[in-house]
Amino acid sequence: MAAILLDPLAALGRTVLGGCRSVGDVALFALEGASHLLRPPFYGRRLLRAFVEIAWFSLPVVALTAIFTGMVLALQSYTGFARFNAQSAIASVVVISITRELGPVLAALMVAGRIGASFAAEIGTMRVTDQIDALTTLSTHPMKYLVAPRLLAAVIAMPLLVLVADILGVMGGWIIATFKLGFVSEAYLKASFDFLETDDVVSGLVKAAVFGFVIALMGTWCGYRSRGGAEGVGAATTAAVVASSILILALDYVLTEAFFAR
Amino acid sequence: MSGGVPKLRLRGLRKAFGAKQVLDGVDLEVAAGHSLVILGGSGSGKSVTIKCVLGLIAPDAGTIEIDGHDLLRMPRREREAIGDRIGMLFQNGALFDSLPVWENVCFKLLAQKRIDRRRARDKAAEVLAQVGLAASVGDLSPAELSGGMQKRVALARTIAAEPDLIFFDEPTTGLDPIMGAVIDGLIVDCVQRLGATAVSITHDMASARRIGDTAAMLHAGRLVWSGPAASLGQSGNAMVDQFARGEREGPIKMELRR
Repeated sequence: MAAILLDPLAALGRTVLGGCRSVGDVALFALEGASHLLRPPFYGRRLLRAFVEIAWFSLPVVALTAIFTGMVLALQSYTGFARFNAQSAIASVVVISITRELGPVLAALMVAGRIGASFAAEIGTMRVTDQIDALTTLSTHPMKYLVAPRLLAAVIAMPLLVLVADILGVMGGWIIATFKLGFVSEAYLKASFDFLETDDVVSGLVKAAVFGFVIALMGTWCGYRSRGGAEGVGAATTAAVVASSILILALDYVLTEAFFAR
Repeated sequence: MSGGVPKLRLRGLRKAFGAKQVLDGVDLEVAAGHSLVILGGSGSGKSVTIKCVLGLIAPDAGTIEIDGHDLLRMPRREREAIGDRIGMLFQNGALFDSLPVWENVCFKLLAQKRIDRRRARDKAAEVLAQVGLAASVGDLSPAELSGGMQKRVALARTIAAEPDLIFFDEPTTGLDPIMGAVIDGLIVDCVQRLGATAVSITHDMASARRIGDTAAMLHAGRLVWSGPAASLGQSGNAMVDQFARGEREGPIKMELRR
């Protein structure tokens, strides 16, 4: 009888403890990775390579996401606002929604799918094929070589990607507004920029930097801790994308609260 | 062991993973300039022993001395300095997929800033020649190489920084007998040329006799025998002779899960 009651509690306790252990492990991993950014040697080539992989090769998918999101947002806003004769607010809704929320969050989710998975798969494969151990035997600290450059590159690249996403998202809204909904181009753009404040853009870029760190952190951590051959690498890749996506959405709320809660 | 400080000395090395005691007090010595082959069945603790020496796994107890210096009780920087003089050839080569062969070969020299990138290609070509590969191989990626060529490149990477203590983890595994003999020959040549001390793990008895001066056998995390590599098969130790001859019957019982 007691076992029937205690077994589920024990399982719950193990899960909670396992979760706490993972949070602590990620935090220590992040601190160690970040600390290597401050101590030589620095791997400029690795940084550049990671930056190009994140910024340049993610650009098409982020651009397409942003432009279609802007277009849909304008269209949906128009059909919704038409009920209240508030169509003139479309420009401000699109620009604020894109810069504050949709630009950083959607770009981060797309990059998490691409880069988080890629980091986890590459580092996970290196783990299960002894390449990470080989780095140690070749006088190279794996955290410094594999993790630190990726963390820094993601923190630099994500705001740049989000800046592009912001511009293209607003452009997507402008395309629909002027070519489909009959807005005057100049008036639409003027309304967009009249309502836009520096904080809207800056908050989005700060979010982007935080999301970039989270994506790189979860990708490298899941890869670094992977075990057990191809199956382990697959599990690490899935875990990296799921964990970073959830963290992006949760941190989005926290950062929005920090920036805009009155 | 002859007089003088041994190149490598392990004393009472112990390591457990959970309830499983993998190393149960391993004692081992290798004299400078000698080549030791470690034998043992799967799970006997051979790879864990090497990983403890390389600092990849922290032992639970015991001492690891290189040239008389206890690795486990010295400051990190000194330990790293000793690690810089150690080479390791991994079982699967562990070449870096993302780098061309020349950069793999000169990785340690570049990491230690003993060479710049302009000179590294020439140095790689020179070391590749020592393992019988053309300079043009340097521009290929590891994925473009056959298993034997990957092993040669891995050997080139191991010797490029001219280590004085080299570990080989099953260097001929996965190779055909002729390529295995070629790799063994290269290992012997390279170790002699460098005047290095070598410690190898192998299941291949022919390979053990070719590359080893002495041999030692681990069983259940303990050293059960050591002696001349040439005597493998006629050692007088029932475990060693059973292992060397690959006999099913004998003191070593394989656990089969049904």
